[in-house]
Amino acid sequence: MTNDVLKVTIERSADVPDVFEVPAFESQTVLDVVSWIQQNADPTLSYRFACRVGMCGSCAMMVNGVPRWTCRTHINKVLDGNEITIGPLRNLPVIKDLAVDMDPFFDKWVSAEGVHHGTLTRVDPIAPVDEDSAARVEANAGIECINCSVCYAACDTVTGNPEYLGPAALQRAWTLLNDAKDEGRVAILDAVSGSGGCHNCHSMGSCTAYCPNDLDPMSAIAGLKRETAKSFFKRGR
Amino acid sequence: MLNLRLYMLQRITAILMAPLVLGHLAVMIYAIQGGLSAAEVLSRTQGSFLWLLFYGTFAVAVAIHGAIGLRAIVHEWGGLKGVALDVFMWVVGFSLFTLGARAVWAVTFAKGLGA
Amino acid sequence: MGSNLCKGAWRMKAASGITSRAHPLWLAYILHRLSGLALALFLPLHLWVLALAMTDPERLDGFLNLTEAGAVKLAEFGLVFLLAVHMFGGLRLMAMEWLPWSTSQKTLAASAAAISFLISLLFFLKAI
Repeated sequence: MTNDVLKVTIERSADVPDVFEVPAFESQTVLDVVSWIQQNADPTLSYRFACRVGMCGSCAMMVNGVPRWTCRTHINKVLDGNEITIGPLRNLPVIKDLAVDMDPFFDKWVSAEGVHHGTLTRVDPIAPVDEDSAARVEANAGIECINCSVCYAACDTVTGNPEYLGPAALQRAWTLLNDAKDEGRVAILDAVSGSGGCHNCHSMGSCTAYCPNDLDPMSAIAGLKRETAKSFFKRGR
Repeated sequence: MLNLRLYMLQRITAILMAPLVLGHLAVMIYAIQGGLSAAEVLSRTQGSFLWLLFYGTFAVAVAIHGAIGLRAIVHEWGGLKGVALDVFMWVVGFSLFTLGARAVWAVTFAKGLGA
Repeated sequence: MGSNLCKGAWRMKAASGITSRAHPLWLAYILHRLSGLALALFLPLHLWVLALAMTDPERLDGFLNLTEAGAVKLAEFGLVFLLAVHMFGGLRLMAMEWLPWSTSQKTLAASAAAISFLISLLFFLKAI
């Protein structure tokens, strides 16, 4: 079924959604649609993108209720007849229209101790990393995260619990826990055991289901639960 | 709003209750045959220290497990937080334990049982 | 807190529109949560009825006689189903968290539901 005109609803912060009629083209992505609206129909529409080839994660938005990279979402895959609804990423404060404030996401990244804990100096020999070790394989599974916030937007626990650190931050903590070069094990386990920590995860798996990079934060969080449980028994209550 | 301690309590009571639930299910399936009556139930449980131990443990475990579970729901879906959330959890826990202990006592060693 | 409840309710409504929920693990999560909630709400009633054994045994018998009614048997079936679902769902969760995780999650979730149904059906059959 060929559509000549698309009916696009943009959920802007005005609480009253705007509806636009957008001409359909061949090989159109959702980002193309949003760009067309801003360039031809409403120059006041605010939205983000950068690489437009699926590398940076800046264009993430809610498309028909699903968080996606709009530059990598072909319009045919998500059209409902000839209709589509686009909104800002869920679970983050809206700055304007389709642009959200990423600060809470990055603040939680740091709160989860997603920072390198190094102890060596430039005069020390480089710490060896065994690429085939189980820990390194585990770490490698999570390091391709580009902080696009799709998992954060997909997670219902993030919605209900404002303190919850979220899948991306916890996955990063897990990769560092498994990193031979990182010396922050105690700090990481403490950071993920608080009231916003990994134990709030209910394993609903939306993060893993929707990660555009095919990462698996849910398993990473399960790993954190395992490690914290172990340390619980060793260090006592 | 679970931290490590609450999470571990939740998991430990869950593991504890798994065999208790299976036992409870087995008893239910057995007891339901031929209809239920107070006399039939009490003839099994009255004066029994074993049933006291079985269901007493169940009562403690379910009070803890239920209180923590409801805490998560009331926080994520109801927005309750801070001290109010803690108070809610403790009130639920104590209420469930009191009700459970009362019920266990009623069918085992309470005086003045009829039938 | 009132506004939070309203926000929560709005989110729930918008939630049903969010198709990001339509995958099996999310259904397992919501089933686990709702079954736990239902059991937690049912439990005080159950425990209060049992305690009648010491305060008012005749009333207890009265309640137990109600269990002959078809509607009550159906409700009992529902309760046993909820109990089985919640427990097997919980065990599946702990297996995923604490045991080496594999991609056969969906199979496990399905068998958990199946075993739950089996036990509750067995209960129902014996009850007729």
